[in-house]
Amino acid sequence: MVDFRSARFWIPLVVLAGFALLPVYAGLTGQSFYVTLFSRILIYALAAVALNFVLGFGGLVSFGHALYMGLGAYAVGILSFHGVTNGWVHLGAALLIGGLFATVIGAVVVRTGGMTFIMITLAFAQMGYFLAVSLKQYGGDDGLTIDARSLMGVVDFGNNTVLYYAILATLIAALWLFNRILGARFGFVLKGTKSNERRMLALGFPTLRYKLSAYVISAMVCTLAGFFLANFTKFASPSYMQWSVSGELIVIIVLGGMGTLFGPVVGAIVLLLLEEILQGWKPGIYPPFEEIVNKHWQLFIGLFVILVVLYAKRGVYGYFAEARRE
Amino acid sequence: MTWGLFLTQVLNGLQLGVLLFLLAAGLTLVFGIMNFVNLAHGSLYMMGAYFGAAAFAATGSFIAAGAIAVVGTLVLGFAIERVALMRLYSRDHLDQVLATFGLILVFNEVVRYLWGPSSIYMNAPEALSGQVTLFGLNYPSYRFAIIAAGLTVAAGLYLLINKTRLGMLIRAGASNAEMVSALGVDIKFLNTMVFAMGAGLAGLAGLMAGPILSVQPGMGEPVLILTLVVIVTGGIGSIRGAFYGALIVGLVDTVGRAFLPILLQMTIERSIAQAAGPAIASMLIYLLMAVVLALRPQGLFPVRHG
Repeated sequence: MVDFRSARFWIPLVVLAGFALLPVYAGLTGQSFYVTLFSRILIYALAAVALNFVLGFGGLVSFGHALYMGLGAYAVGILSFHGVTNGWVHLGAALLIGGLFATVIGAVVVRTGGMTFIMITLAFAQMGYFLAVSLKQYGGDDGLTIDARSLMGVVDFGNNTVLYYAILATLIAALWLFNRILGARFGFVLKGTKSNERRMLALGFPTLRYKLSAYVISAMVCTLAGFFLANFTKFASPSYMQWSVSGELIVIIVLGGMGTLFGPVVGAIVLLLLEEILQGWKPGIYPPFEEIVNKHWQLFIGLFVILVVLYAKRGVYGYFAEARRE
Repeated sequence: MTWGLFLTQVLNGLQLGVLLFLLAAGLTLVFGIMNFVNLAHGSLYMMGAYFGAAAFAATGSFIAAGAIAVVGTLVLGFAIERVALMRLYSRDHLDQVLATFGLILVFNEVVRYLWGPSSIYMNAPEALSGQVTLFGLNYPSYRFAIIAAGLTVAAGLYLLINKTRLGMLIRAGASNAEMVSALGVDIKFLNTMVFAMGAGLAGLAGLMAGPILSVQPGMGEPVLILTLVVIVTGGIGSIRGAFYGALIVGLVDTVGRAFLPILLQMTIERSIAQAAGPAIASMLIYLLMAVVLALRPQGLFPVRHG
């Protein structure tokens, strides 16, 4: 039953409506900059929602999901490099590659748990990173410039607003998909495995298979985020797979509220807006300090992350969603 | 591929190995005893390098630089443990990963603010700027000194851990921390000691790496990831595992990068080998770690209980 008074209902509704109206506002005020900023936010939200599916609900702390963003981006980049401009081919290739890598890597990693799981996912992501760096014919360290965005037929990615709505539609579809999965038997087995795997095994559930399937689904949605990222920036770079990106995705999840479906979306808005605000913060009260903030904004992000972990573990969305339920 | 070249690469691998061991020793004990994932360990290494470089530039004495780097990072480790990290020991790994990830961002920016964004250079001390001759092979004496210093520290750690009372407590803590605290040992103090000691060793590694690598913001991260590979391969919590793991990773990485492309060129077609060689070489240690974990999830040299 949907409780229309609960924060779990109206926060996502308001936020998604805000996303939908944003290009209109940007068009009216002539600030097209907002569309690009929020495109980035949507892409990170999509990746974080995907990661949260295994991290928040399955208890699999993957520190290597940036790998799949990178794979999606390189699928677009490498195909475009060879003259394949059809976006549906890009999309199919990205999902296929992402699914393939996730199946092989997942088969190894889900056998481990706890700290080892964190380390081994990180190691696989690093492998992908170094692989991308060593691909000299595809730009290596410098990355690969993509001449034009994917050609998707009637959906013209060349138009920033169209791309924005495509990402938004994908995010909503992903939220709907994960909501359905989590409400189904599969989702309950996954959540049960998180709280007590031994008990689930004793009940006769092949938990490894469930964890692997969840990992592959999550990775493929992340690849989708990479596909959009490459289209958005017209660039594929090893830095998309850097371990700090995996870290950032986890920060987004915890910031928004781990184990809540919509939390990562809120987390992505908060983190990326905060980054943006810190970089351009000029209230003119004490300019020397403001200059330090603009230049060394990562310092404040770092402190903010530490404070969130120490004192606000439930996250922004988690706080409201739970406060209303009590 | 001559014998001399091979020996040089082995020595380089050994040198990377001992540096990694200095980092891995502290990290693996913190893992083993406090069950704590400290991603900021690489930042302590970076701070050691900066402290050392700054002190060397100011005093001109490498010994003074060494003392300042080690003591500085020791105190820094003590401070961050007491202020922030101590509260996270009882939290889950996710919180620890996140908080220390935040610390990395903080340290990188502090360094960028204090010393600027570009790398600073540090020379090897005058006395070690020459070369030594080993088996008819010339090798930079500074790199040789790193190997010697690293092995000395390893021997010292072995004695400390196996022959002293403090070492006994550390070993006991690594196999069952709760039991040790139930027996009346001040586990909080022990934790801080271990953490600070690990920080000091990381600082020492940073100082020694200063003259051969560039000292720059973010220099700790690649090393941290190698160190994580070391301790996971060697077995979490085990000093012995950290030692052998560090040497294995150091040798496989260095020797693999130097010779794998050549070996591949002898076996497969040249153009493919040229493309694939460096890629496979840089992924080699991660492959090694994945294979080890898939076959022996507890690592190659796990802590022996009982």
